[in-house]
Amino acid sequence: MSNGSERIAEAFAAARADGRSAALMPYMMAGYPDLASSRAIARAYVEGGADLIELGIPFSDPLADGPVIHSAAVAALRTGVRVDDALAIAREIAADVPVVAMCYANPIYARGLERFVDALASLGVCGLIVPDLPMEEAPAVLEICDAHGIALVPLVAPTTPAERLAAIGQRARGFMYTVGVTGTTGERASLDELLPDVLARARASTSVPVAVGFGISTATHAAEAAAAGADGVIVGTRLVRAASEGADAVKSLVQEFAGALRDGALG
Amino acid sequence: MPALTELEDAWIAASADPEYHRRLDLLLNDYVGRPSPLYLAERISEVAGHPVYLKREDLNHTGAHKINNALGQALLAQRMGKRRIIAETGAGQHGVATATACALLDLECIVYMGTVDMQRQRPNVLRMELLGASVVGVEAGAATLKEACSAAIRDWVTNVETTHYIIGSCVGPAPYPALVRDLQRVIGDEARAQILEKTGRLPQRAIACVGGGSNAIGLFAGFIDDAEVELIGVEAAGEGIDTPRHGAPLTVARSAGVLHGSYSAIMQDEDGQILEAHSISAGLDYPGAGPEHAWLRDSGRARYVAVTDDDALAAFTQVTRLEGIIPALESSHALAWVIEHGGPSELDVICLSGRGDKDLAEVLERLG
Repeated sequence: MSNGSERIAEAFAAARADGRSAALMPYMMAGYPDLASSRAIARAYVEGGADLIELGIPFSDPLADGPVIHSAAVAALRTGVRVDDALAIAREIAADVPVVAMCYANPIYARGLERFVDALASLGVCGLIVPDLPMEEAPAVLEICDAHGIALVPLVAPTTPAERLAAIGQRARGFMYTVGVTGTTGERASLDELLPDVLARARASTSVPVAVGFGISTATHAAEAAAAGADGVIVGTRLVRAASEGADAVKSLVQEFAGALRDGALG
Repeated sequence: MPALTELEDAWIAASADPEYHRRLDLLLNDYVGRPSPLYLAERISEVAGHPVYLKREDLNHTGAHKINNALGQALLAQRMGKRRIIAETGAGQHGVATATACALLDLECIVYMGTVDMQRQRPNVLRMELLGASVVGVEAGAATLKEACSAAIRDWVTNVETTHYIIGSCVGPAPYPALVRDLQRVIGDEARAQILEKTGRLPQRAIACVGGGSNAIGLFAGFIDDAEVELIGVEAAGEGIDTPRHGAPLTVARSAGVLHGSYSAIMQDEDGQILEAHSISAGLDYPGAGPEHAWLRDSGRARYVAVTDDDALAAFTQVTRLEGIIPALESSHALAWVIEHGGPSELDVICLSGRGDKDLAEVLERLG
């Protein structure tokens, strides 16, 4: 089995080779609205044209997320979804697309770092995003992820200073997750006008692809983000909001985003 | 993280600046009314069987210890050129203190408060609004202090350029726990000098309630180098520490975890999901505690115990009748421990962290 970083790199390259302007990475809240539905949604993401999938592990106190994803996490937990149930969704789709797990620090430490990362590897997960893991705490996590072939994907914000960005960029694995707005996840009316600068700064700091997330709410936003220089576009809140409408609705929405990245490249 | 570095640098600079201290001390003396008295509560002493002194933080302007921290941080924000202030509040005391400091220093003030707490602390909501603050209700989760704190952190990361977050307790990411301790240690420093002056000796025990733990860390800071003084933190046992409905992570939970940016004792399940705390007092209704308390516990320097809703309520009415002082429900936990559970002592100092007027509606409802 190739390691996570390689599979992620191949997915970005394949999207590019296929003539698309950026890779599409939809985010889902594992276990929302319930476990069975979210399995169907994962499948719908694959069929709708996802190049990679970001699998959100529900956490009671998701500080980086806005109200929609926070509520989805709480709702999933109320149905009794456990961390293992959430992670198990990865196994079902890992053969089709690279899966990047998004998990807050506390559930990882509660299990034990080594055991958690080992579980990811055994499920075929390629990467891990820990939104509340500051750079200062990252080296221990990075070492274990590297040893297990899991790409530890860092987040950078528009407010990240240059020196810090350079340090984060050097140790980025898989891709760099650029936060497109200052603040939490959630839909926005328009993209930040500074996005091209932010993406350019991120790109200059690293050798891995640069993806953008937070605030991408429409297919037009996705195409604009790609045009602004993103190698990958992450769509979260808009799709989580659609999750209660069923897998078919989700699938056509993913198709819409995928289509925008295809058309964007042609135009 | 850059915001935290900026804050830490600003705090180090302010701490070393005589002008900052001059302004803060002037306000603490003439505006807050410090030093707060250390009062020999003779009738409580009679019941407890040993002398009990109360550090009267309830007599501060705005009625609690929270103003020490709020004023210090508001002055710091002013130095940093940040004119928009946000805060979280549980019981409303920290929100009122922050709104007061912002009125005084002409700063914009937004206070996040759980909607459940807004109901049970209605008078404090009205006070904050009267002071010019906007009170934003938080619906998420149990709609109490934990969610209010999360909402404030989310606001801060969104508006960090213009905004300073005045956190109300010794929790959150560094440098907050140390910053809040430094601003609250005036409680312990004063109490130490006062007890020496009044009795010629140090207390056997220094006792304070612990939610996040800011009045306790402030009291403890004054005595931490005096090995003979026992430090005791009293948490909320809620409906009992053998039930899930309590707020006593230091007493009960031996596991540590990450909540609101610090690694400390927290209430969590085996998956690492944070549990809801419960206490009759909104200010102790928090599933974590400051990291310095976890360290004091693990190093054996301080001891943590818990008192139930019922015992705190009994102490609330008892102390009111005995002393003519209506204590905050939070402080009532510390009083209840000394009166009911603490056993013999030569001399106790209890931090009476706040006044209980805000709790009247809650208490009257409970007492039927």
